Amino acid sequence: MSIAIAVGLLTAAAVYLFMQRGMIRIVLGFILASHAANLLLFAAGNTAFRGVPYIGTSDYGEGADPLPQAFVLTAIVIAFSITMFMVTLAITTTGDDDTENDEDSPAKVLSAPDKDDAAGSKVDTAATGAVGAATGGADASPMSPVHDYAGVDDDAAVPPNQRGGGAQ
Amino acid sequence: MTEILSPLLPLLVGIPLLMGAVGAALRKNKRARHIISLGTLTALLAFSVLLVIATHDGTVLAHKVGFWDFAPQIAIPFVVDALNSLVLMIICILGITSVMFAMATHEARARFYHPFVLILMAGVAGALMTGDIFNLFVFIEVMLLPSYGLLAMMGAKLGAHGARIYVSVNLLASTLLLFGIGLVYATAGTVNLAELHGAAAEDRAVAVGGGVVLAAISIKAAVVPVHGWLTRTYPMTSPAVTALFSGIHTKVSIYAIYRIYSILFDGEERFLWIALLVTSLTMLIGVLGAIGEKTTRSILVFHMISQIGYILIGVGLFTGLGLTAGIFYLLHHMIVKASLFLSTGAIEETYGTGEIDKLGGMAKREPLIAITFMVAALSLAGLPPFSGFVAKFSIIQATLEQAHYWVAAVAVIVSVFTLLSMLKIWVGVFMGKPPADLEDRALSYQERMHGKRYLRVQAQAENPTLTIGPPTATMSAVLAGERAVKVPVKLIVPGAILAGITVFFGFGAELLMMLSETAAENLLNPQEYVDAVEGT
Repeated sequence: MSIAIAVGLLTAAAVYLFMQRGMIRIVLGFILASHAANLLLFAAGNTAFRGVPYIGTSDYGEGADPLPQAFVLTAIVIAFSITMFMVTLAITTTGDDDTENDEDSPAKVLSAPDKDDAAGSKVDTAATGAVGAATGGADASPMSPVHDYAGVDDDAAVPPNQRGGGAQ
Repeated sequence: MTEILSPLLPLLVGIPLLMGAVGAALRKNKRARHIISLGTLTALLAFSVLLVIATHDGTVLAHKVGFWDFAPQIAIPFVVDALNSLVLMIICILGITSVMFAMATHEARARFYHPFVLILMAGVAGALMTGDIFNLFVFIEVMLLPSYGLLAMMGAKLGAHGARIYVSVNLLASTLLLFGIGLVYATAGTVNLAELHGAAAEDRAVAVGGGVVLAAISIKAAVVPVHGWLTRTYPMTSPAVTALFSGIHTKVSIYAIYRIYSILFDGEERFLWIALLVTSLTMLIGVLGAIGEKTTRSILVFHMISQIGYILIGVGLFTGLGLTAGIFYLLHHMIVKASLFLSTGAIEETYGTGEIDKLGGMAKREPLIAITFMVAALSLAGLPPFSGFVAKFSIIQATLEQAHYWVAAVAVIVSVFTLLSMLKIWVGVFMGKPPADLEDRALSYQERMHGKRYLRVQAQAENPTLTIGPPTATMSAVLAGERAVKVPVKLIVPGAILAGITVFFGFGAELLMMLSETAAENLLNPQEYVDAVEGT
C-alpha cells in the first residue's frame, strides 16, 4: 500500500512539473516520474519476498524476483544519462530554459513575414545575456530555415552545444 | 538457410554499434567516417535483403542472444519474420539515401554525425527484432539517444526549443511505456512476447497494462490527439535529419503497435473500434492542419500525421486484407515521405528557404527536382501508377469489406485534401515566376552555410592569380554572373532514387503485395512466432 501511495504522489508531482514551460522544472518532473516508474517495477516483483535471489542462497519461496531489479537498474542508467542531456539542453543555445519562445516559436519562425521583424524581436532575450555568443550573434537570424554548418567544417570548431550531444 | 542466419541476428545490432564507436574515435579523418558509415549501412541493407528472402515464405527466425538455452525465460529473444525484415530493409535504404544527402550538404562532416546515425540504426534493428517488451523499451531508448543529439546538433541555429520539446515528449512517453511494462509484468508475470501470447485477450488486468504500453507507443507514433510534438520539432532541424527521422521513429512505433496488438492482444475484436476512431481522427486532423502551414516541410510533417492514420487502419481492421494493405501502406509511405523531404530539402538547402511565398518557378529552373517531387507527391496522394494508388486502393477496399463505410469515406476525403496540399506546394514552389530576390537570398545563404569556402572562391574570382585552395568552378561561375544558382546533382540523387523506388513498387506492386501478405499472415497467426521463440 505504501508503494502505491508513493507512486501516486510522485506521479502527481511529476505531471504538475511536466506542465511547466521551463526545462529545469521538466527535468525535475522527469526525475520524479522515473522514480515512480521504478517503484512500480519493484512492486511488480512483489516486495514481500526479500531473500537473496541467487540460486542456492535462499528458498525459492523467499527469494526476491531478480527480473524487476534488473529492469530498475537498466531504467536508472537510461534515466540518468537522459537527465544529464536534458540539463545540457536547458543551458545551451538560448539564454533561457524555456521550451517555447514567444517570438521564436516554430510556427512564427517558419512563417515570419520579414527579416527585420524577426531581428527586432531578439531584443528582450538579449537582455538575459549570453545569447549573442551562443547563437552566433546577428548571423543567427531566425529567418534561416535550418542550420549553420560553418562550424561543422572543422572538427576543432564544433560549438560546445554540439559536443554536448556527444557526451551521450 | 535459417540455421545459418539465426545466430547472426545480434550482428545487426552489434556491428553498427561498434562501427559508430570506431567512427567517433576517428577524430580527424572525415573520409574514413564517410566510408565506414556508408559501408556499414550497405552491409545492413544486404543482410536485411537476405532476411527478406529467408522469411518470404512465412518462416520465422528466432535466436536467443548469447545462446542462453538453459534459462529460456531470461534470455533475450531476437525474432525476425516477414514484417520486421521488410521494415528493416526499407529503413536501411532510407539511411543510405539520407546519409548521401547529408554528405552533399556537408553536415555529415560533423564528427558525431555518422556515429549517431549508426547507433540510431543499431537501436532500430534491436527495436524491430526484439521479442520482449522490456527490451523494446531499451532499444527505443538506444534509438532515441543519438536522435536527440542529431536533432539538437543540426537544429542548433534555430534555438534549442525544438530539441527541448522533442526530448521532453519522448521521455514522458518512455516513462509511460515503463509504467505499462511494469503493469504487464505485475499481472502476467513475464515480458516475453511469446509467453504473453493472447494474455491481454484473456485477462482484463493484462489488457489494462497492454493498453498503457500501446498508449505510450502511440505518443511516439504521433497519433492524434498526441501528435502536437511532431509538427513542432521535425521542421526545427536540417532536411536530412527530418527525412531520416520521418522514416524511422514513428514507423518503428507503428511496427510495435502492429506486433503487440497481434501477439499480446491476439487481434482481440473488442478494442478495434478504438483504433478505427483514432485513425479516422488522425487522418482528418493531420490533413486539415497542413492547410494553415506556409513552409514545404511543415506541410509535409502534417501530412505525415494524416498518413499514420491510414497505416493504422490495418490494425483497426485486423483482417487479412486490412493488415496486408496497412503493411504495404507503411512500406510505401516510408519511401515516399523521405523522398518528398529530400527533394524539397534540396531546394531549401540551395535557396535558403522553404517558405512557399519566397520560392517560385522551380519547374523551369530545376526540372529534375520538379519531376522527383511530382512523382512522390502524386504517389502520396494516391494516384496511379505509383505505389500510393495500390496502397490507398487496398486500404479502402479492406474497410469496405468490413463494412466500415465511414472510415472509407474519411480516407477518400482525406486523399482529396492531400492532393490539394501537394498542388499548393507545386503551384507555390514550382510554378509561377521566381521572386526577384531569389538569387541574392541563395547566395547569402550559401555564404552563411559554407562561410570559409565561399570567401575563398570569392577571393579567387576577384583575383585569378591568387591561389588559396582548389577553385570551385560552380561557385566562381555563379559569382561572375555567368550562370544561375542551381541545385547540385548530388542533392537531387537521393530523393530521385526514392522516387524511382515508388514507381517500381507502383508497377511491380505484385511483389511487395505478396511480401506484405506473408507478413500479415504472420500477424494473424502469431502461433508460428511463439513456436519459433520457444523452439530455439
